[in-house]
Amino acid sequence: MANYSTNEFKGGLKVMLDGDPCSIVENEFVKPGKGQAFNRVKLRNLMTGRVWERTFKSGESLESADVLELEMEYLYSDGEMWYFMMTDGSFEQYAAEKRALGDTEKWLKEQVAYTITLWDDKVINVNPPNFIELEVVETDPGLKGDTAQGGSKPATLSSGAVVRVPLFINQGEVLKIDTRSGEYVSRA
Amino acid sequence: MATDWHPTAEIATLRERARLIAALRAFFAERDVLEVETPVLSYGGSTDVHLASLSTQATTPAGRETLWLQTSPEFHMKRLLAAGSGPIFQLARSFRDGEVGRRHNIEFTMLEWYRPGFSLAELISECDALIRQLLPQDPGPLRQRRYRQLFREALGVDPFTATLDELQRLASKHGGLDMANSPHDDCLDLLMSLVIEPTLGRDGVDVVVDYPASQAALARRHRDPQDGEWVAARFEIYLAGLELANGYDELIDANEQRSRFSADNAQRRALGRPEVDIDERLLAALAAGMPPGCGVALGLDRLLQLALGKERVAEVMAFATPRC
Repeated sequence: MANYSTNEFKGGLKVMLDGDPCSIVENEFVKPGKGQAFNRVKLRNLMTGRVWERTFKSGESLESADVLELEMEYLYSDGEMWYFMMTDGSFEQYAAEKRALGDTEKWLKEQVAYTITLWDDKVINVNPPNFIELEVVETDPGLKGDTAQGGSKPATLSSGAVVRVPLFINQGEVLKIDTRSGEYVSRA
Repeated sequence: MATDWHPTAEIATLRERARLIAALRAFFAERDVLEVETPVLSYGGSTDVHLASLSTQATTPAGRETLWLQTSPEFHMKRLLAAGSGPIFQLARSFRDGEVGRRHNIEFTMLEWYRPGFSLAELISECDALIRQLLPQDPGPLRQRRYRQLFREALGVDPFTATLDELQRLASKHGGLDMANSPHDDCLDLLMSLVIEPTLGRDGVDVVVDYPASQAALARRHRDPQDGEWVAARFEIYLAGLELANGYDELIDANEQRSRFSADNAQRRALGRPEVDIDERLLAALAAGMPPGCGVALGLDRLLQLALGKERVAEVMAFATPRC
């Protein structure tokens, strides 16, 4: 496996730290005029999403992490694993555990493409698209004519997510949702 | 379309840069300090353990030879002083391998000047006056801060008497890395860079003085009159958390200088770093006699960065690494 030295560290580079694959967020070179040089590095732990701040002596190196980000369509779940398929025509399938899915579990919809992070060929993270269209499976009946006034109510979507929607939304309607904030955007 | 041919500084910034450099030349002209130009290339290099020098091959009348690119114009300028130049300054392109970041660039401009007969206090005051002339607003008062006192206040440790073990533990804790095998000065450097430096020059100009004798570089050493410890007769000026200038009461003893160069190279060998050819002509100049006095090197790009309110040195350079 290749090694990267501190002077090769740049945003997005994938390296191993404390046994976990990490993505470099920021690398700052710190050096007193006539003294030992250091690099102050921020890394995102790809397993936990947490950002670490570490200091390295300049010239130290970290092993590269075999991490790939790929687009894959969601297929189905057997209750234990969630299955995704490559969209490059290879039909290659990958299974994700619940831990890798995290919050994305509530944004799953068949045939939608997700960004899958693979480490050593294992799925470690599943990221939904920023916007997704989902059907309302349960909500209080819509209030006719109330299209302008504020006010909202909870609605359960086909993926299981519960979002706040305007009062005029009815069961069976398809909505556009921002997965980053979990907020209703518009009718689809 | 590729845009990496663009300058890293805006054209308007380059105009400001030129205006400030003209003001700087006027500052020295008023004080009768002679502007000089010395070579970037030299047969001797900087042995400083923590500076990585670039070198190149050139064909000279003597054949194919290795020449070093200067890490600062210090050695050539000291030879001029020994030859009787009197006070001199230079805007010198200098090179330090591997140094690229928000406040570093491999190739940069060093403003260096020498004042025969000046005390450190006189040079500090001149340096402060120059900084104030170039900054658009008043940076606040000039404050003298003792190295030892800074460590006591920020870290509760005396850098002169603390055990190596204690410093290694502190450095590991504040750096978030293992410093258990690091030498004394590396631990101090880390704590200085990561803990103390960011707090300096926040509402005034901070001058750090009385460095440990082990960090004297090319400065004289003397006993601190207050507590009797050996200290280096040098200062550093900090503004807005940035190290701007490094000044010395210059070492003028050729034998002492030779032994420091040799000690640097011995340390380089121990660390597996390449040795650097000692500048014999500098040593010969010192042996012939360089007038006592003080000198200072100021990172011009950093001062311009602060004067022009920029985030990175690259923003005040036409084509910073790696756009060069």
